[in-house]
Amino acid sequence: MTEPVSTGSSLTRRQAYERGQRRRGIVIASVSTIIAITAVVVLVPRAPRWNRVKKSFFDRELLMDSFPELLEAFWLDIQIFLWSTPLIFGLSLLVAVTRNSRSPALFPLRALAIVYTDVFRGVPVLLTIFLIGFGIPGLIDSRAWSNPLIWGTVALVLSYSAYVSEVFRAGIDSVHESQRAAARSLGMSPRQTLGSVILPQAMRRVVPPLMNSLVSLQKDVALVSLIGPVEILRRAEIQKSLAANFTPYVGAAIIFLALTIPCTRLADYLLHRERRRTGATAIA
Amino acid sequence: MTTPKLAIRGVHKSFGDTVVLRGVDLDVAAGEVITLIGASGSGKSTLLRCANLLEPIDDGEILLDGFDIAEPGLDPDPIRRRIGMIFQSFNLFPHMSVVDNVAIGPRKVLGVARTTAREDAREMLVRLGLEARVDAYPDQLSGGQQQRVAIARSLAMNPEVMLLDEITSALDPELVGEVLDVVRSLKRDGMTLLFATHEMAFARDISDRVCFLHEGAILESGPPSEVFENPSHERTRQFLDRVIDAGRL
Repeated sequence: MTEPVSTGSSLTRRQAYERGQRRRGIVIASVSTIIAITAVVVLVPRAPRWNRVKKSFFDRELLMDSFPELLEAFWLDIQIFLWSTPLIFGLSLLVAVTRNSRSPALFPLRALAIVYTDVFRGVPVLLTIFLIGFGIPGLIDSRAWSNPLIWGTVALVLSYSAYVSEVFRAGIDSVHESQRAAARSLGMSPRQTLGSVILPQAMRRVVPPLMNSLVSLQKDVALVSLIGPVEILRRAEIQKSLAANFTPYVGAAIIFLALTIPCTRLADYLLHRERRRTGATAIA
Repeated sequence: MTTPKLAIRGVHKSFGDTVVLRGVDLDVAAGEVITLIGASGSGKSTLLRCANLLEPIDDGEILLDGFDIAEPGLDPDPIRRRIGMIFQSFNLFPHMSVVDNVAIGPRKVLGVARTTAREDAREMLVRLGLEARVDAYPDQLSGGQQQRVAIARSLAMNPEVMLLDEITSALDPELVGEVLDVVRSLKRDGMTLLFATHEMAFARDISDRVCFLHEGAILESGPPSEVFENPSHERTRQFLDRVIDAGRL
């Protein structure tokens, strides 16, 4: 045994060392950030064609002019997002629960659910939108049902539910078997066990990955423009053609980022909180 | 002869190629306390899980009041509400407060109204000395408190038999006592108990009968004085010697 070491000050030797390490980390991070920013600011404008790029992508006046229209068109994206989200949650939860069921009577549904997730996870979202958006209105001979917004939404919901159902399924599987045993030993039926014990725990765990899926969806809503609706991407394209300048695309990107970055940060925060809550700790 | 409360007759159970129970026979009379002792892997837990129909048996009968509850095709839910089970790892529902953990069984299974079920749960928790923790969540409790809540959750269903599966094995030594006190009070109230345990001193103290399980069968059974002090089988003696060496008796 060694004597406990005292530094004489209020800090122990260990705490003093940790504080030194922390200060050193802050200094290194600051210096490297300053170097990186200087490099970008100094070097990029020196690129040989920077002036042309600047003119066709970062035209300040055009950006200001196009912004209100873009913002208005973005409202359609938000609407598509808002009505798709509950449909995706409903369908994917149904698919997840069906796939985890054991009842033989549900075998055909279970098989269907497996085929469904395999197919829609395997086809690019864009292709699904084309196939459904152009295919189904062709099948149905009705003006009322040929609205591309309907079929674009259907395509998004089908594509995303295939992914999100896997998230739900992972959440359900992550609840330990002993929870089921405890519930069943009280006399609860399989349905009561699922509803009162398994799903409430699974839901809490899947919030962070679900947030990530929602951030993805916010962006992929723009793909619906390719079958007709004039939402932000389409509006930007029209403005680009009129002005013969790419700046409206940058404007659209800024609008997307204004929404997706806060959501991504929130998803990260929730994930971090969940990790802390479940006791996982970071290793120094 | 009266019908035993719970009778296990010729029960066989295998997991794949591993035979876990090879013909277990055991009668538990109403109000009797039977402890199951034996090495890890001797089949104690599996026997309890089979008795609560959490594992289907391969062969044999499990009679509750003379009625075969292991009959294939029988709905297990009405039977399970008559048999309480306490697990080694407590298995409380982490997303519910203590009082809701206790109230959920009566609410969902017996259809008791929410407020009534919670009042009854509160009363039950007071009886078990947990009145200060009714609104806490399971992860805020000590292991001993969690296990007592698990017992309260099971008692709330008014079971006729309780199966206790090594309920103190996951506890710190200083917390074992408070849980065993509850088991003692269950015995006082006349509960029928089938109790798998490694707490030999307690088993000797509380049991009406002790059963020694070895390789999936009951090798020896009798009053604790007989089994602990004068075992008739070499295997039982060896097991008890090992337990004594480990300082558990």
